[in-house]
Amino acid sequence: MKETGKKYRSREVNYNEIPAYIRRRPYYIIAPGMLILIGILIPFITAIILSFTNYSFRLPQFKFVGLRNWTGMITSPEFWHALSVTLRYGFFATLTQMLLGMGVALLLKKDTKYSRILKVAFTFPLMVAPAIAVLIWQLMTSNTVGVLEKVLNIFGIYNFPWAASHETAMFTAVLIDTWVNTPFVLLLILAGIQSLPKSPFEAAAVDGAGAWFTFKTLTFPMLKPFMYIALLFRLMAALQEFGIIYALSKGGPGNTLMNISLTGYINGFTYQKLAGALPYLLVLWLIINKAAGFLVKRQRHLAKQAAGE
Amino acid sequence: MEKKKNNKKIYMALGAVGRNLGLTLFGLFALFPLVWMVLCAFKSDAQMYNTVFRFTPTLDNFYAVLVRTDYFKAFFQNLVVAGGAVIITVIAGVPCAYALARYDFKKKEDVAFQILSFKFAPEIMVILPIFLIFQKIGLYDSYFGLIWVYQLITMPLLIWVVRGYFEDISVEVEQAAQLDGYAWYEVFLKTLLPLIKPGLVASGLLAFIFAWNSFTFPLILSGFKIQTITITALRYISSDTVHYGQVAVASTIAVLPEVIVALFIQKHLVRGLSFGAVKG
Repeated sequence: MKETGKKYRSREVNYNEIPAYIRRRPYYIIAPGMLILIGILIPFITAIILSFTNYSFRLPQFKFVGLRNWTGMITSPEFWHALSVTLRYGFFATLTQMLLGMGVALLLKKDTKYSRILKVAFTFPLMVAPAIAVLIWQLMTSNTVGVLEKVLNIFGIYNFPWAASHETAMFTAVLIDTWVNTPFVLLLILAGIQSLPKSPFEAAAVDGAGAWFTFKTLTFPMLKPFMYIALLFRLMAALQEFGIIYALSKGGPGNTLMNISLTGYINGFTYQKLAGALPYLLVLWLIINKAAGFLVKRQRHLAKQAAGE
Repeated sequence: MEKKKNNKKIYMALGAVGRNLGLTLFGLFALFPLVWMVLCAFKSDAQMYNTVFRFTPTLDNFYAVLVRTDYFKAFFQNLVVAGGAVIITVIAGVPCAYALARYDFKKKEDVAFQILSFKFAPEIMVILPIFLIFQKIGLYDSYFGLIWVYQLITMPLLIWVVRGYFEDISVEVEQAAQLDGYAWYEVFLKTLLPLIKPGLVASGLLAFIFAWNSFTFPLILSGFKIQTITITALRYISSDTVHYGQVAVASTIAVLPEVIVALFIQKHLVRGLSFGAVKG
Protein backbone atom coordinates (compact mmCIF):
# COMPACT_ATOMS: atom_id res chain seq x y z
CA MET A 1 0.00 0.00 0.00
CA LYS A 2 2.77 2.38 0.93
CA GLU A 3 4.48 1.73 -2.38
CA THR A 4 1.50 2.81 -4.44
CA GLY A 5 1.31 5.99 -2.40
CA LYS A 6 4.94 6.79 -3.14
CA LYS A 7 4.52 6.19 -6.86
CA TYR A 8 1.51 8.45 -6.98
CA ARG A 9 3.41 11.22 -5.29
CA SER A 10 6.51 11.03 -7.45
CA ARG A 11 4.44 11.19 -10.58
CA GLU A 12 2.05 13.93 -9.64
CA VAL A 13 3.90 16.11 -7.20
CA ASN A 14 6.83 18.32 -7.88
CA TYR A 15 7.80 20.03 -4.67
CA ASN A 16 8.71 23.31 -6.34
CA GLU A 17 5.33 23.67 -7.95
CA ILE A 18 3.07 23.28 -4.98
CA PRO A 19 2.39 26.45 -2.99
CA ALA A 20 4.17 26.87 0.32
CA TYR A 21 0.99 26.78 2.37
CA ILE A 22 0.28 23.27 1.17
CA ARG A 23 3.89 22.20 1.57
CA ARG A 24 3.79 23.33 5.19
CA ARG A 25 0.53 21.58 5.92
CA PRO A 26 2.04 18.36 7.33
CA TYR A 27 4.03 20.41 9.82
CA TYR A 28 0.89 22.17 11.01
CA ILE A 29 -0.84 18.83 11.37
CA ILE A 30 1.85 17.27 13.50
CA ALA A 31 2.50 20.45 15.49
CA PRO A 32 0.07 19.85 18.40
CA GLY A 33 1.36 16.36 19.02
CA MET A 34 4.96 17.49 18.77
CA LEU A 35 4.42 20.38 21.17
CA ILE A 36 3.03 18.02 23.79
CA LEU A 37 5.94 15.62 23.43
CA ILE A 38 8.70 18.21 23.10
CA GLY A 39 7.54 19.86 26.31
CA ILE A 40 8.79 16.65 27.79
CA LEU A 41 12.15 16.80 25.99
CA ILE A 42 13.10 19.87 28.00
CA PRO A 43 13.58 17.78 31.14
CA PHE A 44 16.03 15.61 29.26
CA ILE A 45 18.25 18.57 28.52
CA THR A 46 17.79 19.76 32.09
CA ALA A 47 19.01 16.36 33.25
CA ILE A 48 22.25 16.64 31.30
CA ILE A 49 22.93 20.16 32.59
CA LEU A 50 22.08 19.36 36.19
CA SER A 51 24.38 16.33 36.16
CA PHE A 52 27.29 18.82 36.17
CA THR A 53 26.01 20.71 39.22
CA ASN A 54 25.56 19.97 42.91
CA TYR A 55 21.78 20.37 42.75
CA SER A 56 19.82 18.96 45.68
CA PHE A 57 16.36 19.50 47.09
CA ARG A 58 17.96 20.54 50.36
CA LEU A 59 20.17 23.34 49.04
CA PRO A 60 18.59 26.63 48.02
CA GLN A 61 21.37 27.37 45.51
CA PHE A 62 23.41 25.22 43.21
CA LYS A 63 26.66 25.70 41.34
CA PHE A 64 28.57 23.88 38.65
CA VAL A 65 30.97 21.28 39.91
CA GLY A 66 32.33 20.02 36.61
CA LEU A 67 32.72 16.29 36.26
CA ARG A 68 32.57 15.53 40.00
CA ASN A 69 29.26 13.62 39.83
CA TRP A 70 30.49 11.56 36.92
CA THR A 71 33.84 10.62 38.41
CA GLY A 72 32.09 9.99 41.72
CA MET A 73 29.81 7.52 40.02
CA ILE A 74 32.52 5.64 38.15
CA THR A 75 34.67 5.24 41.27
CA SER A 76 31.81 4.05 43.48
CA PRO A 77 31.27 0.28 43.84
CA GLU A 78 27.55 1.06 44.07
CA PHE A 79 27.49 1.95 40.39
CA TRP A 80 29.22 -1.23 39.24
CA HIS A 81 26.91 -3.30 41.39
CA ALA A 82 23.87 -1.53 39.90
CA LEU A 83 25.21 -2.06 36.41
CA SER A 84 25.72 -5.75 37.06
CA VAL A 85 22.20 -6.15 38.51
CA THR A 86 20.74 -4.29 35.53
CA LEU A 87 22.51 -6.50 33.02
CA ARG A 88 21.80 -9.74 34.87
CA TYR A 89 18.12 -8.92 35.33
CA GLY A 90 17.84 -7.90 31.67
CA PHE A 91 19.58 -11.08 30.54
CA PHE A 92 17.69 -13.59 32.69
CA ALA A 93 14.25 -12.01 32.29
CA THR A 94 14.55 -11.60 28.53
CA LEU A 95 16.08 -15.03 27.93
CA THR A 96 13.43 -16.84 30.00
CA GLN A 97 10.59 -15.00 28.30
CA MET A 98 11.97 -15.52 24.82
CA LEU A 99 12.51 -19.26 25.27
CA LEU A 100 9.21 -19.86 27.04
CA GLY A 101 7.28 -17.65 24.63
CA MET A 102 8.83 -19.34 21.61
CA GLY A 103 8.13 -22.80 23.00
CA VAL A 104 4.51 -22.14 23.84
CA ALA A 105 3.93 -20.36 20.53
CA LEU A 106 5.08 -23.50 18.72
CA LEU A 107 2.71 -25.56 20.85
CA LEU A 108 -0.15 -23.20 19.95
CA LYS A 109 0.64 -23.45 16.25
CA LYS A 110 -1.86 -26.22 15.62
CA ASP A 111 -5.30 -24.64 15.41
CA THR A 112 -7.57 -26.51 17.81
CA LYS A 113 -10.46 -25.29 19.93
CA TYR A 114 -8.33 -25.63 23.05
CA SER A 115 -5.50 -23.56 21.60
CA ARG A 116 -7.88 -20.84 20.45
CA ILE A 117 -9.35 -20.46 23.94
CA LEU A 118 -5.90 -20.49 25.53
CA LYS A 119 -4.62 -17.86 23.13
CA VAL A 120 -7.24 -15.44 24.43
CA ALA A 121 -6.72 -16.42 28.05
CA PHE A 122 -2.95 -15.97 27.82
CA THR A 123 -3.42 -12.27 27.13
CA PHE A 124 -4.81 -11.66 30.62
CA PRO A 125 -1.53 -11.52 32.60
CA LEU A 126 -0.17 -9.14 29.98
CA MET A 127 -2.76 -6.58 31.01
CA VAL A 128 -1.76 -6.61 34.67
CA ALA A 129 0.25 -3.65 35.98
CA PRO A 130 3.71 -4.59 37.34
CA ALA A 131 2.85 -3.36 40.83
CA ILE A 132 -0.40 -5.32 40.86
CA ALA A 133 1.40 -8.40 39.50
CA VAL A 134 3.65 -8.22 42.55
CA LEU A 135 0.60 -8.13 44.84
CA ILE A 136 -0.90 -11.13 43.06
CA TRP A 137 2.34 -13.07 43.52
CA GLN A 138 2.52 -12.08 47.17
CA LEU A 139 -0.78 -13.90 47.54
CA MET A 140 0.77 -16.92 45.81
CA THR A 141 4.11 -16.97 47.59
CA SER A 142 3.22 -15.84 51.10
CA ASN A 143 4.47 -18.38 53.63
CA THR A 144 1.25 -18.15 55.62
CA VAL A 145 -1.56 -17.89 53.08
CA GLY A 146 0.15 -18.69 49.79
CA VAL A 147 -0.78 -21.75 47.78
CA LEU A 148 2.78 -22.26 46.55
CA GLU A 149 4.00 -22.79 50.11
CA LYS A 150 1.48 -25.60 50.44
CA VAL A 151 2.62 -27.14 47.16
CA LEU A 152 6.27 -26.93 48.19
CA ASN A 153 5.42 -28.52 51.56
CA ILE A 154 4.45 -31.67 49.66
CA PHE A 155 8.03 -31.84 48.38
CA GLY A 156 9.41 -31.24 51.86
CA ILE A 157 10.41 -27.62 51.33
CA TYR A 158 9.29 -25.29 54.09
CA ASN A 159 9.37 -21.48 54.23
CA PHE A 160 10.89 -20.91 50.81
CA PRO A 161 12.26 -17.35 51.20
CA TRP A 162 11.26 -15.86 47.79
CA ALA A 163 12.00 -12.12 47.78
CA ALA A 164 13.30 -12.08 51.35
CA SER A 165 16.59 -13.83 50.68
CA HIS A 166 19.70 -12.76 48.89
CA GLU A 167 19.78 -15.96 46.83
CA THR A 168 16.18 -16.11 45.61
CA ALA A 169 15.22 -12.42 45.25
CA MET A 170 16.41 -12.17 41.65
CA PHE A 171 14.63 -15.43 40.82
CA THR A 172 11.38 -14.12 42.31
CA ALA A 173 11.54 -10.82 40.42
CA VAL A 174 12.31 -12.58 37.14
CA LEU A 175 9.47 -15.04 37.81
CA ILE A 176 6.95 -12.21 38.19
CA ASP A 177 8.32 -10.41 35.14
CA THR A 178 8.07 -13.68 33.20
CA TRP A 179 4.49 -14.21 34.31
CA VAL A 180 3.46 -10.77 33.05
CA ASN A 181 5.46 -10.57 29.86
CA THR A 182 5.86 -14.05 28.36
CA PRO A 183 2.47 -13.69 26.61
CA PHE A 184 3.87 -10.68 24.79
CA VAL A 185 6.66 -12.73 23.22
CA LEU A 186 4.21 -15.56 22.68
CA LEU A 187 1.68 -13.44 20.78
CA LEU A 188 4.29 -11.82 18.58
CA ILE A 189 5.91 -15.10 17.58
CA LEU A 190 2.53 -16.72 17.06
CA ALA A 191 1.57 -13.90 14.71
CA GLY A 192 4.84 -14.57 12.91
CA ILE A 193 4.09 -18.29 12.63
CA GLN A 194 0.66 -17.59 11.22
CA SER A 195 2.10 -15.28 8.57
CA LEU A 196 4.57 -17.88 7.27
CA PRO A 197 4.13 -18.78 3.59
CA LYS A 198 2.86 -22.31 2.92
CA SER A 199 4.83 -23.33 -0.17
CA PRO A 200 8.37 -23.79 1.29
CA PHE A 201 6.93 -26.07 3.96
CA GLU A 202 4.99 -28.10 1.43
CA ALA A 203 8.13 -28.44 -0.66
CA ALA A 204 10.07 -29.58 2.39
CA ALA A 205 7.37 -32.13 3.23
CA VAL A 206 7.43 -33.48 -0.32
CA ASP A 207 11.20 -33.87 -0.09
CA GLY A 208 10.70 -35.81 3.13
CA ALA A 209 12.45 -33.34 5.45
CA GLY A 210 12.25 -34.19 9.16
CA ALA A 211 10.55 -31.96 11.72
CA TRP A 212 13.80 -30.74 13.29
CA PHE A 213 15.39 -30.05 9.91
CA THR A 214 12.35 -28.05 8.79
CA PHE A 215 12.41 -26.05 12.00
CA LYS A 216 16.13 -25.35 11.80
CA THR A 217 16.30 -24.35 8.16
CA LEU A 218 12.86 -22.88 7.51
CA THR A 219 10.75 -21.96 10.54
CA PHE A 220 13.46 -20.47 12.74
CA PRO A 221 15.13 -18.21 10.15
CA MET A 222 11.76 -16.98 8.93
CA LEU A 223 10.64 -16.17 12.47
CA LYS A 224 13.80 -14.26 13.28
CA PRO A 225 12.45 -10.79 12.39
CA PHE A 226 9.53 -11.35 14.76
CA MET A 227 11.83 -12.58 17.50
CA TYR A 228 13.96 -9.47 17.14
CA ILE A 229 10.92 -7.25 17.65
CA ALA A 230 9.95 -9.21 20.76
CA LEU A 231 13.55 -9.09 21.98
CA LEU A 232 13.77 -5.36 21.38
CA PHE A 233 10.67 -4.54 23.39
CA ARG A 234 11.41 -6.97 26.21
CA LEU A 235 15.10 -6.18 26.65
CA MET A 236 14.54 -2.43 26.65
CA ALA A 237 11.87 -2.79 29.32
CA ALA A 238 13.82 -5.30 31.41
CA LEU A 239 16.96 -3.14 31.50
CA GLN A 240 15.02 -0.27 33.06
CA GLU A 241 12.60 -2.34 35.16
CA PHE A 242 11.43 -0.32 38.13
CA GLY A 243 7.85 -1.17 39.04
CA ILE A 244 8.25 -4.87 39.80
CA ILE A 245 11.46 -4.51 41.80
CA TYR A 246 10.26 -1.47 43.73
CA ALA A 247 6.94 -3.06 44.63
CA LEU A 248 8.59 -6.37 45.50
CA SER A 249 11.41 -5.31 47.80
CA LYS A 250 12.47 -1.73 47.04
CA GLY A 251 15.72 -3.18 45.73
CA GLY A 252 16.36 -5.35 48.77
CA PRO A 253 17.21 -7.43 50.63
CA GLY A 254 20.23 -5.21 51.18
CA ASN A 255 21.19 -4.09 47.71
CA THR A 256 20.52 -7.39 45.95
CA LEU A 257 18.10 -5.99 43.39
CA MET A 258 19.36 -2.40 43.18
CA ASN A 259 19.54 -1.90 39.43
CA ILE A 260 20.38 1.46 37.88
CA SER A 261 16.76 2.67 37.85
CA LEU A 262 16.32 1.96 41.55
CA THR A 263 19.72 3.31 42.54
CA GLY A 264 18.93 6.50 40.67
CA TYR A 265 15.55 6.79 42.38
CA ILE A 266 16.89 6.11 45.89
CA ASN A 267 19.82 8.50 45.47
CA GLY A 268 17.68 11.21 43.91
CA PHE A 269 14.63 11.02 46.17
CA THR A 270 15.39 9.20 49.38
CA TYR A 271 18.89 10.65 49.85
CA GLN A 272 17.98 13.82 47.94
CA LYS A 273 21.21 13.88 45.96
CA LEU A 274 19.54 14.56 42.67
CA ALA A 275 22.59 15.76 40.75
CA GLY A 276 24.50 12.69 41.88
CA ALA A 277 21.72 10.39 40.64
CA LEU A 278 21.46 11.84 37.17
CA PRO A 279 24.69 10.37 35.71
CA TYR A 280 23.40 6.89 36.62
CA LEU A 281 20.23 7.44 34.66
CA LEU A 282 22.01 9.03 31.72
CA VAL A 283 24.26 5.97 31.50
CA LEU A 284 21.17 3.76 31.56
CA TRP A 285 19.63 5.84 28.81
CA LEU A 286 22.81 5.48 26.75
CA ILE A 287 22.89 1.70 27.18
CA ILE A 288 19.23 1.35 26.22
CA ASN A 289 19.54 3.68 23.26
CA LYS A 290 22.58 1.86 21.87
CA ALA A 291 21.02 -1.57 22.37
CA ALA A 292 17.76 -0.44 20.74
CA GLY A 293 19.60 1.08 17.79
CA PHE A 294 21.54 -2.15 17.26
CA LEU A 295 18.46 -4.36 17.46
CA VAL A 296 16.40 -2.16 15.14
CA LYS A 297 19.19 -2.30 12.54
CA ARG A 298 19.48 -6.09 12.80
CA GLN A 299 15.71 -6.49 12.62
CA ARG A 300 15.43 -4.46 9.43
CA HIS A 301 18.26 -6.40 7.85
CA LEU A 302 16.61 -9.71 8.73
CA ALA A 303 13.16 -8.59 7.59
CA LYS A 304 14.63 -7.65 4.23
CA GLN A 305 16.42 -10.99 4.04
CA ALA A 306 13.22 -12.85 4.87
CA ALA A 307 11.41 -10.92 2.16
CA GLY A 308 13.98 -12.29 -0.26
CA GLU A 309 15.97 -9.15 -1.05
CA MET B 1 4.41 -50.46 5.11
CA GLU B 2 1.53 -51.13 7.45
CA LYS B 3 3.86 -50.91 10.43
CA LYS B 4 5.24 -47.56 9.36
CA LYS B 5 1.70 -46.15 9.11
CA ASN B 6 0.91 -47.40 12.59
CA ASN B 7 4.07 -45.84 13.97
CA LYS B 8 3.10 -42.52 12.45
CA LYS B 9 -0.32 -42.72 14.09
CA ILE B 10 1.28 -43.35 17.47
CA TYR B 11 3.63 -40.41 17.02
CA MET B 12 0.71 -38.15 16.12
CA ALA B 13 -1.23 -39.22 19.18
CA LEU B 14 1.80 -38.79 21.44
CA GLY B 15 2.43 -35.38 19.89
CA ALA B 16 -1.11 -34.25 20.63
CA VAL B 17 -0.87 -35.45 24.24
CA GLY B 18 2.50 -33.75 24.72
CA ARG B 19 1.28 -30.55 23.15
CA ASN B 20 -1.84 -30.33 25.27
CA LEU B 21 0.14 -31.21 28.38
CA GLY B 22 2.63 -28.42 27.68
CA LEU B 23 -0.15 -25.95 27.00
CA THR B 24 -1.98 -26.93 30.16
CA LEU B 25 1.16 -26.49 32.27
CA PHE B 26 1.79 -23.03 30.87
CA GLY B 27 -1.92 -22.24 31.16
CA LEU B 28 -1.72 -23.12 34.84
CA PHE B 29 1.26 -20.80 35.29
CA ALA B 30 -0.41 -17.97 33.39
CA LEU B 31 -3.92 -18.21 34.79
CA PHE B 32 -3.79 -19.78 38.22
CA PRO B 33 -2.42 -16.65 39.96
CA LEU B 34 -5.49 -14.77 38.71
CA VAL B 35 -7.83 -17.53 39.88
CA TRP B 36 -6.11 -17.60 43.26
CA MET B 37 -6.45 -13.82 43.53
CA VAL B 38 -10.21 -14.02 42.99
CA LEU B 39 -10.49 -16.90 45.49
CA CYS B 40 -8.56 -14.96 48.13
CA ALA B 41 -10.81 -11.96 47.60
CA PHE B 42 -13.74 -14.00 48.95
CA LYS B 43 -11.90 -15.54 51.90
CA SER B 44 -12.35 -14.20 55.40
CA ASP B 45 -9.24 -13.27 57.39
CA ALA B 46 -9.64 -16.31 59.60
CA GLN B 47 -10.07 -18.82 56.80
CA MET B 48 -7.18 -17.33 54.87
CA TYR B 49 -4.68 -19.22 57.00
CA ASN B 50 -6.26 -22.64 57.40
CA THR B 51 -8.05 -23.31 54.11
CA VAL B 52 -6.93 -23.72 50.53
CA PHE B 53 -9.83 -24.26 48.15
CA ARG B 54 -12.76 -25.07 50.43
CA PHE B 55 -14.02 -22.11 52.39
CA THR B 56 -17.17 -20.09 53.06
CA PRO B 57 -17.16 -17.11 50.70
CA THR B 58 -17.68 -13.68 52.23
CA LEU B 59 -17.92 -10.12 50.95
CA ASP B 60 -16.21 -8.62 54.02
CA ASN B 61 -13.04 -7.83 52.08
CA PHE B 62 -14.93 -5.95 49.40
CA TYR B 63 -16.74 -3.98 52.07
CA ALA B 64 -13.48 -3.18 53.84
CA VAL B 65 -11.71 -1.97 50.70
CA LEU B 66 -14.49 -0.18 48.88
CA VAL B 67 -16.38 1.41 51.74
CA ARG B 68 -13.92 1.88 54.56
CA THR B 69 -10.88 3.10 52.61
CA ASP B 70 -10.44 5.57 49.77
CA TYR B 71 -9.71 2.89 47.18
CA PHE B 72 -12.79 3.81 45.22
CA LYS B 73 -11.54 7.37 45.04
CA ALA B 74 -8.21 6.15 43.67
CA PHE B 75 -10.09 4.05 41.12
CA PHE B 76 -12.02 7.09 39.98
CA GLN B 77 -8.95 9.34 39.86
CA ASN B 78 -7.04 6.72 37.91
CA LEU B 79 -9.90 6.65 35.46
CA VAL B 80 -9.77 10.43 35.04
CA VAL B 81 -6.00 10.53 34.52
CA ALA B 82 -5.78 7.56 32.15
CA GLY B 83 -8.96 8.50 30.27
CA GLY B 84 -7.93 12.14 29.97
CA ALA B 85 -4.52 11.10 28.69
CA VAL B 86 -6.07 8.92 25.97
CA ILE B 87 -8.49 11.66 24.88
CA ILE B 88 -5.67 14.20 24.47
CA THR B 89 -3.59 11.59 22.67
CA VAL B 90 -6.35 10.81 20.19
CA ILE B 91 -7.02 14.49 19.46
CA ALA B 92 -3.38 15.41 18.90
CA GLY B 93 -2.01 12.04 17.81
CA VAL B 94 -4.37 10.93 15.03
CA PRO B 95 -3.55 13.93 12.79
CA CYS B 96 0.11 13.25 13.53
CA ALA B 97 -0.27 9.64 12.47
CA TYR B 98 -2.08 10.73 9.32
CA ALA B 99 0.67 13.18 8.36
CA LEU B 100 3.35 10.56 8.97
CA ALA B 101 1.49 8.04 6.84
CA ARG B 102 0.46 10.19 3.90
CA TYR B 103 2.66 13.23 3.46
CA ASP B 104 6.25 13.24 2.34
CA PHE B 105 8.07 15.92 4.21
CA LYS B 106 11.62 16.60 5.24
CA LYS B 107 12.81 14.77 8.36
CA LYS B 108 9.69 12.61 8.38
CA GLU B 109 11.42 9.41 9.43
CA ASP B 110 13.48 11.31 12.00
CA VAL B 111 10.31 12.66 13.56
CA ALA B 112 8.75 9.20 13.59
CA PHE B 113 11.78 7.68 15.30
CA GLN B 114 12.01 10.50 17.78
CA ILE B 115 8.44 9.68 18.79
CA LEU B 116 9.29 6.00 19.12
CA SER B 117 12.39 6.72 21.19
CA PHE B 118 10.20 8.11 23.97
CA LYS B 119 9.01 4.57 24.45
CA PHE B 120 12.57 3.42 25.14
CA ALA B 121 13.70 6.29 27.38
CA PRO B 122 14.14 5.13 31.00
CA GLU B 123 11.08 6.40 32.84
CA ILE B 124 13.01 7.36 35.96
CA MET B 125 15.41 9.51 33.97
CA VAL B 126 12.59 11.41 32.32
CA ILE B 127 10.66 11.82 35.51
CA LEU B 128 13.31 13.23 37.86
CA PRO B 129 13.78 16.53 36.01
CA ILE B 130 10.05 16.74 35.31
CA PHE B 131 9.48 16.47 39.05
CA LEU B 132 11.71 19.53 39.60
CA ILE B 133 10.01 21.54 36.89
CA PHE B 134 6.50 20.54 37.99
CA GLN B 135 7.21 21.61 41.55
CA LYS B 136 8.41 24.99 40.31
CA ILE B 137 5.45 25.65 38.02
CA GLY B 138 2.85 24.09 40.31
CA LEU B 139 1.91 21.08 38.24
CA TYR B 140 3.02 18.59 40.87
CA ASP B 141 0.12 16.46 42.09
CA SER B 142 -2.32 17.87 39.54
CA TYR B 143 -4.52 16.21 36.93
CA PHE B 144 -3.11 18.40 34.19
CA GLY B 145 0.49 17.51 35.00
CA LEU B 146 -0.15 13.79 35.15
CA ILE B 147 -2.21 13.74 31.97
CA TRP B 148 0.56 15.62 30.21
CA VAL B 149 3.28 13.24 31.34
CA TYR B 150 1.12 10.23 30.49
CA GLN B 151 1.37 11.37 26.88
CA LEU B 152 4.80 9.76 26.95
CA ILE B 153 3.08 6.41 27.37
CA THR B 154 0.02 6.85 25.20
CA MET B 155 1.10 9.08 22.31
CA PRO B 156 3.97 7.03 20.77
CA LEU B 157 1.80 3.91 20.89
CA LEU B 158 -1.18 5.54 19.25
CA ILE B 159 0.79 7.41 16.56
CA TRP B 160 2.76 4.36 15.46
CA VAL B 161 -0.18 1.97 15.42
CA VAL B 162 -2.66 4.32 13.77
CA ARG B 163 -0.06 5.34 11.20
CA GLY B 164 -0.01 1.70 10.06
CA TYR B 165 -3.79 1.64 9.71
CA PHE B 166 -3.70 4.79 7.58
CA GLU B 167 -1.03 3.24 5.37
CA ASP B 168 -3.30 0.24 4.84
CA ILE B 169 -5.93 2.41 3.16
CA SER B 170 -5.17 2.86 -0.51
CA VAL B 171 -4.57 6.37 -1.79
CA GLU B 172 -7.29 5.85 -4.39
CA VAL B 173 -9.94 6.12 -1.68
CA GLU B 174 -8.71 9.58 -0.85
CA GLN B 175 -8.40 10.59 -4.48
CA ALA B 176 -11.96 9.50 -5.16
CA ALA B 177 -13.20 11.59 -2.27
CA GLN B 178 -11.19 14.55 -3.48
CA LEU B 179 -12.69 14.21 -6.94
CA ASP B 180 -16.11 14.33 -5.35
CA GLY B 181 -15.22 17.78 -4.15
CA TYR B 182 -14.36 17.13 -0.51
CA ALA B 183 -11.84 19.46 1.12
CA TRP B 184 -8.80 17.75 2.68
CA TYR B 185 -10.25 17.83 6.19
CA GLU B 186 -13.54 16.44 4.91
CA VAL B 187 -11.67 13.60 3.24
CA PHE B 188 -10.05 12.92 6.59
CA LEU B 189 -13.20 13.10 8.70
CA LYS B 190 -15.74 11.53 6.35
CA THR B 191 -13.83 8.79 4.52
CA LEU B 192 -10.65 7.92 6.40
CA LEU B 193 -11.74 8.13 10.02
CA PRO B 194 -14.62 5.65 9.60
CA LEU B 195 -12.21 3.24 7.88
CA ILE B 196 -9.62 3.23 10.66
CA LYS B 197 -12.19 3.34 13.47
CA PRO B 198 -11.78 -0.27 14.68
CA GLY B 199 -8.01 0.10 14.78
CA LEU B 200 -8.22 3.48 16.43
CA VAL B 201 -10.57 2.25 19.13
CA ALA B 202 -8.38 -0.77 19.82
CA SER B 203 -5.15 1.20 20.08
CA GLY B 204 -6.89 3.84 22.18
CA LEU B 205 -8.01 1.14 24.59
CA LEU B 206 -4.55 -0.40 24.70
CA ALA B 207 -3.06 3.02 25.38
CA PHE B 208 -5.62 3.34 28.17
CA ILE B 209 -4.45 0.08 29.71
CA PHE B 210 -0.81 1.19 29.62
CA ALA B 211 -1.72 4.51 31.19
CA TRP B 212 -3.90 2.79 33.78
CA ASN B 213 -0.97 0.52 34.68
CA SER B 214 1.64 3.25 34.96
CA PHE B 215 3.51 3.05 38.22
CA THR B 216 6.64 5.20 38.03
CA PHE B 217 4.95 8.42 36.95
CA PRO B 218 2.27 8.62 39.63
CA LEU B 219 4.73 7.35 42.27
CA ILE B 220 6.85 10.45 41.78
CA LEU B 221 4.46 13.04 40.42
CA SER B 222 1.39 12.56 42.59
CA GLY B 223 1.06 13.22 46.27
CA PHE B 224 -1.89 13.30 48.62
CA LYS B 225 -4.36 14.93 46.29
CA ILE B 226 -4.28 12.49 43.40
CA GLN B 227 -3.88 8.81 43.96
CA THR B 228 -3.79 6.10 41.36
CA ILE B 229 -4.68 2.47 41.79
CA THR B 230 -1.17 1.10 41.36
CA ILE B 231 0.22 3.28 44.13
CA THR B 232 -2.72 2.94 46.50
CA ALA B 233 -2.89 -0.84 46.15
CA LEU B 234 0.67 -1.21 47.45
CA ARG B 235 -0.42 0.25 50.79
CA TYR B 236 -2.38 -2.90 51.52
CA ILE B 237 0.78 -4.99 51.56
CA SER B 238 3.15 -2.61 53.31
CA SER B 239 1.16 -2.14 56.49
CA ASP B 240 2.26 -4.14 59.53
CA THR B 241 -0.75 -6.42 59.72
CA VAL B 242 -1.33 -7.53 56.17
CA HIS B 243 -4.93 -8.31 55.32
CA TYR B 244 -4.38 -10.60 52.38
CA GLY B 245 -8.08 -10.63 51.54
CA GLN B 246 -7.99 -6.88 51.03
CA VAL B 247 -4.84 -7.17 48.92
CA ALA B 248 -6.75 -9.64 46.75
CA VAL B 249 -9.76 -7.34 46.43
CA ALA B 250 -7.57 -4.36 45.56
CA SER B 251 -5.80 -6.39 42.85
CA THR B 252 -9.03 -7.83 41.48
CA ILE B 253 -10.54 -4.38 41.11
CA ALA B 254 -7.41 -3.11 39.37
CA VAL B 255 -7.23 -6.06 36.96
CA LEU B 256 -10.90 -6.60 36.13
CA PRO B 257 -11.45 -3.63 33.77
CA GLU B 258 -8.29 -4.53 31.89
CA VAL B 259 -9.24 -8.14 31.33
CA ILE B 260 -12.62 -7.05 29.99
CA VAL B 261 -11.00 -4.52 27.66
CA ALA B 262 -8.51 -7.16 26.50
CA LEU B 263 -11.37 -9.39 25.40
CA PHE B 264 -12.72 -6.65 23.14
CA ILE B 265 -9.45 -5.81 21.38
CA GLN B 266 -8.13 -9.34 20.76
CA LYS B 267 -8.00 -8.87 17.00
CA HIS B 268 -5.84 -5.77 17.22
CA LEU B 269 -3.76 -6.74 20.22
CA VAL B 270 -0.59 -7.97 18.53
CA ARG B 271 -0.47 -5.00 16.24
CA GLY B 272 -0.93 -2.59 19.11
CA LEU B 273 1.55 -4.26 21.41
CA SER B 274 4.27 -4.25 18.78
CA PHE B 275 3.61 -0.60 17.84
CA GLY B 276 2.43 -1.70 14.41
CA ALA B 277 5.60 -3.65 13.63
CA VAL B 278 3.77 -6.98 13.47
CA LYS B 279 0.44 -6.96 11.68
CA GLY B 280 -1.01 -9.99 13.43
